[in-house]
Amino acid sequence: MEKKELNPIPVYQYLDAEGEVIERLPGWTRNKDILLNYYCNMVLGRQADAKAIALQRTGKLGTYPSCLGQEAISTVFCSLMEKDDVLIPYYRDHPGLLARGIPLSDILLYWGGDERGSASEHWGKDFPNCVPIATQAGHAAGVAAALKIRHEPNIAVCALGDGATSKGDFSEALNLAGAWQLPVVFVINNNQWAISVPRTIQSGAPTLAQKGISAGLPSYQVDGNDVIALHEVLSEAMDRARQGKGATVIEAISYRLGDHTTADDASRYRSGDELQQAWNKEPIKRLRTFLHHRGYWDEQQEQALIKDVGQQIEQNVQTYLNTPLPPVKDLFDYHYANMPSTLKQQKQEAELRATGGKHHE
Amino acid sequence: MSKITMVEAVNLALDHAMENNPDVVMLGEDIGVNGGVFRATQGLRDKYGLKRVMDTPLAETLIAGISIGMAAQGLKPVAEIQFMGFIFPTMEQLICHAARMRNRTRGRLSCPMVLRAPFGGGIHAPEHHSESTEALLAHIPGLRVVIPSSPVRAYGLLRSAINEPDPVIFLEPKRIYRASKQEVDQNTPLLPLDKCFTLKQGQDVTLVSWGASVKETMEAARTMEQHGVSAEVIDVATIKPLDMETILTSVRKTGRCVIVHEACKSFGAGAEIAANLAEQALSVLKAPVERVTGFDTIMPYYRMEDHYLPKPDDIMKAALKTLSFH
Ligand SMILES: Cc1ncc(C[n+]2csc(CCOP(=O)(O)OP(=O)(O)O)c2C)c(N)n1
Repeated sequence: MEKKELNPIPVYQYLDAEGEVIERLPGWTRNKDILLNYYCNMVLGRQADAKAIALQRTGKLGTYPSCLGQEAISTVFCSLMEKDDVLIPYYRDHPGLLARGIPLSDILLYWGGDERGSASEHWGKDFPNCVPIATQAGHAAGVAAALKIRHEPNIAVCALGDGATSKGDFSEALNLAGAWQLPVVFVINNNQWAISVPRTIQSGAPTLAQKGISAGLPSYQVDGNDVIALHEVLSEAMDRARQGKGATVIEAISYRLGDHTTADDASRYRSGDELQQAWNKEPIKRLRTFLHHRGYWDEQQEQALIKDVGQQIEQNVQTYLNTPLPPVKDLFDYHYANMPSTLKQQKQEAELRATGGKHHE
Repeated sequence: MSKITMVEAVNLALDHAMENNPDVVMLGEDIGVNGGVFRATQGLRDKYGLKRVMDTPLAETLIAGISIGMAAQGLKPVAEIQFMGFIFPTMEQLICHAARMRNRTRGRLSCPMVLRAPFGGGIHAPEHHSESTEALLAHIPGLRVVIPSSPVRAYGLLRSAINEPDPVIFLEPKRIYRASKQEVDQNTPLLPLDKCFTLKQGQDVTLVSWGASVKETMEAARTMEQHGVSAEVIDVATIKPLDMETILTSVRKTGRCVIVHEACKSFGAGAEIAANLAEQALSVLKAPVERVTGFDTIMPYYRMEDHYLPKPDDIMKAALKTLSFH
């Protein structure tokens, strides 16, 4: 039996790699503003990503994970979220963060090694980036439980990679979301690789979405490079959650076109052919072609967008680079709401050390 | 006012906290209908309902993870881990997230949660039910580790732990869950965290302990009193952050110190106290600091656990050793 036949999961796709329509389009696609918003945000995400890598290469940013190739996924789910929904993101969701109104300067500040990048009021109650893989799945279930307990009308959205689906945290969170009917949407960014480990080694299951079935959750696959399909599946899942009908698992299939991070060299473990084929399916060109065909977009608009995005990025980079270092006391001030006396002593010590033994003037 | 045991005091503290603050919710394995395997949550589900007293699936990582999610959204989760031996799956969540959320977001989000777990030996439990691994947690910046040693302190400290705006690990020495009774009711005062309690005044030697070992430490102090040796007894209560001031004040008076704990000797909280004494009180010490502790072995099954746990006699011997040091 072919593995494909084992796939119990519906797969959604409206646009093929060439941007041609292959499925009857949903009505909302006649609203070109929605599509143009997606497009502009994806372009911003991609240019910002390139800039971040350039900053890292010139020593102005720490290790940075690229979102190249998966701009569509987080752009769509973040655009569909309401302000008081709670985002529990993963570390490749930069375009989504931008769509959610988080300034690029915050994102750069975070990857530039400054906790204040996760602190500004733009973040609302959203969670910051989570480094230990999949641990955020539990937080998302907790957030959703809190929303439900308090009868709040909002939902939680949790993103993670394909590698993350192998961790117990992921299964435990799905399991609870099913048992407690929690208002949460889990979005798997299946970009085919977890550093050098391919999807095939991650799991013998023919789809990752089907892990939701054992938890009793509706689970779908979607072409993660197709914003129309993403919008359809994600908005339906979010509506379900809002209506108190529980959680959904969505596996969005894309490809990590860049290295894992700026500290990685993907050519060590994957072929140029594979990468080339993946480039043929990438989300931005696909949407642009579709928009052109529909008469929603032209070369002039494209040039204006590129210019505008470039300026936005430049401003944010300057804001980031001009942010002064935090004072040494910041090392201590945020561990506890009520600072223990031992820490007060150590804080004084650190401030003395920082001033070469002299007290501040 | 009626006299109640420590586990009943825990129950009362949880009850009063839930009554006072609608954001307090409880979660854990078997805490609902069953009231917890030690009955610490007995009756609370009937009183506060399913949405505030939640039986979770059997998944410790998740219990800690959802507590963090809830806490960061403004609820006050009080989670129970059934036995401290099963706390290890929560460590990643505690260390990587609960302890750091405030710092990571510069105060935008925090984790005002309490994680409770019964711990320690002496109740003839199976393997993995009797260890004292408080030092593992105490090592982590951002956490508080609180250990009561009596019904009054269980009530007062747990209420304060629930009021605390940061994560608190509240470890309940199950060997003394029902060992004694004290008068506790809703007028029993809340007790400060981050403070040691002096249980008995004395002049000759300072005995420092926490949790269930306070029982043997007090027994030793009383016997010594009959033999004319006056011991001061300190209940550390909050292991992290450690109130060295109270301990130092006492040792400056007595010049001698014996530290008593059930946990393994090496790298324990006793070593931390001894190191602080060496740093800050060497000139007043009349003898080396002694430690009376469990061994650096795996906690034995119950037939041998008596050989592992420190006895009043061991404590007295150590105290006499410091007294006869020249
Ligand atoms: C618990 C844990 N183990 C290992 C790592 C190191 N690590 C960082 S990213 C990564 C791969 C994750 O892959 P995936 O979930 O597929 O996301 P992707 O990076 O492909 O977007 C690994 C192993 C980690 N951050 N956390």
